[in-house]
Amino acid sequence: MSEKYTKEHEWIRADGETALVGITDYAQSQLGDIIFVELPETGAKLSKDGDMAVVESVKAASEVYAPLDCEVVEINSALEAEPALVNQSPQADGWFVRVKLNNPDELNELMDKAAYDDFVSNLD
Amino acid sequence: MRVETRAEPLIFELDAQGRSGVDLPEVTVTPKVGDAPLRETIGLPELSEPTVMRHYTRLSQLNMSIDSNMYPLGSCTMKHNPRLNEKVVRLPGFARAHPLQPQSQVQGALGLIHELANWLTTLTNTHAVAMSPSAGAHGELCGMMCIQAALRDRGDDRKIVLVPESAHGTNPATAATLGFKVEAIKANDAGRVDMASFKEKLNDQVAAIMLTNPNTCGLFEPDIATIADLIHEVGGYFYCDGANYNALMGRVRPGDLGIDAMHINLHKTFSTPHGGGGPGAGPVVLSEALAPYAPLPAVVKDDDGTYRLVETPQDDPRFAKSLGRIKAFHGQMGMFIRTLSYILSHGADGLYQASSDAVLNANYIKAGLSDVMAPSYEGACMHEALFDEHALKDTGVTTLDMAKALIDEGFHPMTIYFPLVVKGAMLIEPTETEDKITLDRFISVMRTLVAKAKKGGGEAIKNTPQHAFLKRLDETAAARNPILRWEP
Amino acid sequence: MRYLPLTDTNRKDMCKTIGVDSVDALFADVPKRAVLPGLIEGLPHHASEMEVEHKLATFAGQNQVDGPFFAGAGTYRHHIPASVDYLIQRGELLTAYTPYQPEVSQGTLQILFEFQTQVALLTGMEVANASMYDGSTSTVEAAMMAMRLTKRAKCVLSGNLHPHYREVIETTSHTVGFEVQTSSPTPGQVCRGTDLVDDSVACLVVQTPDLFGLPYDLRDLAEACHKVGALLVVVTTEVISLGMLASPGSQGADIVAAEGQSIGNAVGFGGPHVGLLACQKAHLRQIPGRLCGESVDEDGRRGFVLTLAAREQHIRREKATSNICTNSGLCATAFSIHLSLLGESGLARLARLNHAKAQELADILAKVPGVTVLNKGFFNEFTLRLKKPATAVVQTLAEQGICAGVPVSRLMPKDDSMQNLLLVTATELTSSEDMQALAHGLKGALS
Repeated sequence: MSEKYTKEHEWIRADGETALVGITDYAQSQLGDIIFVELPETGAKLSKDGDMAVVESVKAASEVYAPLDCEVVEINSALEAEPALVNQSPQADGWFVRVKLNNPDELNELMDKAAYDDFVSNLD
Repeated sequence: MRVETRAEPLIFELDAQGRSGVDLPEVTVTPKVGDAPLRETIGLPELSEPTVMRHYTRLSQLNMSIDSNMYPLGSCTMKHNPRLNEKVVRLPGFARAHPLQPQSQVQGALGLIHELANWLTTLTNTHAVAMSPSAGAHGELCGMMCIQAALRDRGDDRKIVLVPESAHGTNPATAATLGFKVEAIKANDAGRVDMASFKEKLNDQVAAIMLTNPNTCGLFEPDIATIADLIHEVGGYFYCDGANYNALMGRVRPGDLGIDAMHINLHKTFSTPHGGGGPGAGPVVLSEALAPYAPLPAVVKDDDGTYRLVETPQDDPRFAKSLGRIKAFHGQMGMFIRTLSYILSHGADGLYQASSDAVLNANYIKAGLSDVMAPSYEGACMHEALFDEHALKDTGVTTLDMAKALIDEGFHPMTIYFPLVVKGAMLIEPTETEDKITLDRFISVMRTLVAKAKKGGGEAIKNTPQHAFLKRLDETAAARNPILRWEP
Repeated sequence: MRYLPLTDTNRKDMCKTIGVDSVDALFADVPKRAVLPGLIEGLPHHASEMEVEHKLATFAGQNQVDGPFFAGAGTYRHHIPASVDYLIQRGELLTAYTPYQPEVSQGTLQILFEFQTQVALLTGMEVANASMYDGSTSTVEAAMMAMRLTKRAKCVLSGNLHPHYREVIETTSHTVGFEVQTSSPTPGQVCRGTDLVDDSVACLVVQTPDLFGLPYDLRDLAEACHKVGALLVVVTTEVISLGMLASPGSQGADIVAAEGQSIGNAVGFGGPHVGLLACQKAHLRQIPGRLCGESVDEDGRRGFVLTLAAREQHIRREKATSNICTNSGLCATAFSIHLSLLGESGLARLARLNHAKAQELADILAKVPGVTVLNKGFFNEFTLRLKKPATAVVQTLAEQGICAGVPVSRLMPKDDSMQNLLLVTATELTSSEDMQALAHGLKGALS
């Protein structure tokens, strides 16, 4: 199981053809207290870098983009009642969607953890 | 500053059944309401007049207001609200006039709208004005609808609207509502439209540019005339967001800059009261190219001197291409009356002086703070001065903290975190109705706060306000678990 | 100039501090072609308070507002208690801004919270927003909200919806891009519109009491909508009727859009008024406009804040639920104060009084030769069929100082069948003498 990252601060953890997607700890720390997560519908077909979800904090709304071309097979409905999970556990309980990847090979184009950490440390 | 500490109960908690604050005769009547079912209970509280009077008086005392405090909210233009305007709007001839009375009975109302329209087009050197929009955002929608109608009329399907990154949120929201595709233009290091970015995005698919001038950083766009010429060259239109027209009124006519449409926030520029968030009014001035598409109704003056309300495109060939109606009745009449009162009071000379003083006051604040705070851009500003968080670096104090600290000093906070193009924005708009003594005190307070933050006094600043009715509120809890009404 | 505090000495000193010779230097970025040699031409100079007051009083004096008066059709003359107008002129309410800084805006915020509760109770809905521009724009927002919720792009309008409201929706449909179908108007009869509602329709918009004054039983309309997954949007232009009629919420409405002017606000030649918008909690995230919510401060004390702002334009920008920025704060405040004064029993009494006056008027007018009362039921407004075109009759009576009502043809000029219809309203302000004067005038005009 490999975890990959995007420059838009999404993480993706693939397990064969399916993968979990969420936002990184850095992203949640920048957003502050999250009050609402708008998730796509199950079955939605998403394209790489296209809109996937919206996270709202008290005074901001941020788009979350699909890291790769994929189809949504499951959404994390726990976020509806408890959006704070994204703050508390962004890379585990606070996952957004489970997707089926169109082309798992594309994962190789994304950053690994070391590259992402390096990317974040150079921001601001 | 006197601080009210006792909480005021909700009206629902003051309920004492069996009272009423209005005496009305009790009539018995057999309902004759067709087959509609009748109401049982509503659940409204019952209060006497003294209870109601005290409740709202006490609530009012929990507000800051222009009457009581300098209110330097950038982009919002909190200037003095003359009470003459409130007096004249309440004249029975206005308050009791009905919008659907025969026109012969309301010549005064129609004449007033016509006179105000004439002032607005003359001040802006434009061809026509659509009076019906209810607020600035409604005016934007109306202006962009006119652009859409003009494009459709010539069979043009272009869809791109260029909006600078620094624009008010209403601009992209308006364009998107009408099905336009929004493309952002970058700002340059001087806080103005980056002309290279603009030219790069400009092509014959561009329907319009929406540009605020002076822009949201409080700066005049020096290339605005060139922008107007270039957008016209590709067949697009120039929508000017007139939210900051108060810096120019009486001095610069936006029509001379080449704009096609611009809404005017009567509640900002012409000082109709903000009333805790409205009502506003947002008439839109239009160029000759867009005038035929203006919404109805419109007031025209006939050759015999009577005023006539054009309510449908069939009423008058000049309005055959009108895009239709955008609200019931004829616009925010109460705001028109107040605005005309304000405009007549100032006259051409007073409006010139007012915008000059507004710009002077903002630059005075900028000059008084630039050595200790971080002005976002060099040079003169217009009616508001923009600073960012840089000067507070490593103090632990944020823009939010500075805003809250002002409360304890008897000032309403400035606008914070807007515009989004600078980090931790503090946008200060004193307006022309603050005197020099107040400006000097404001500058001195700001300098003291910055000095305190830099000397390690950040913790005290972070704990402000201490002298307001409430301390900082938990906005996260409010949003995660919204309680939007009282429940028994 | 009485509103400008700076003196010439101040101005000189301030220019010196800034480091410029004159204010003109601060306007250096203005392009040459827009620099004027002096003041804008063709406009008068400043005027004293006395002069301005005189000029505006002259305009006001040219409006005829004193005689017997029967116009309604979406905005209604009612008595406004003196304390309402006094309270909204308190500077702390009149001259405050949108309450973005809650610590210094608790007055405005608590009033909005109370207003939202009052509107929810009155409409029988679970939640309401902090108000919209007016009833017509509220109705458009309700329709757009229904389209977002159902993901359908078509609205059906009852033909008896106020024509201004219909036209505003039509303008929006042309510009925003959705479909609108309207059933034929049926003066004096219930205009259901449900036969046009199928599973492609987002909502049915129906007004009660309708344009012609007839109140509806909404229950089977709601059922017909819900069966095909459409929403029922209920519009009310005379909000005092809710003191007598069962609430839309209790009859299955999904969204209620109303004009709140009748409570606390003057007719004022048509604005500013106050739009009410209420819905069920499940649809909350799609409601446009401002919302005020309860919270606590650092010491745990109750307070109020604007909330769920991330739906709004200043944050969502091109993805906002609406481009709306402002509400109708001061008019909402007037509404709330007046409704607090009325209270449960006061509102019911006011509603009964309006209804009784309208019954009295209908009885009197029914006896005038050439006049037929079309409605079997009404609240405080109903429709007359005259034996002559209504516009000419109204004009004749206007010359006698009577405002006889609103000719339906003023609102539906293209529909020839409406020519002889007249809308008349009676409220608590209408006296029996006024009614007799109207009957007498009509008798003369129709003979």
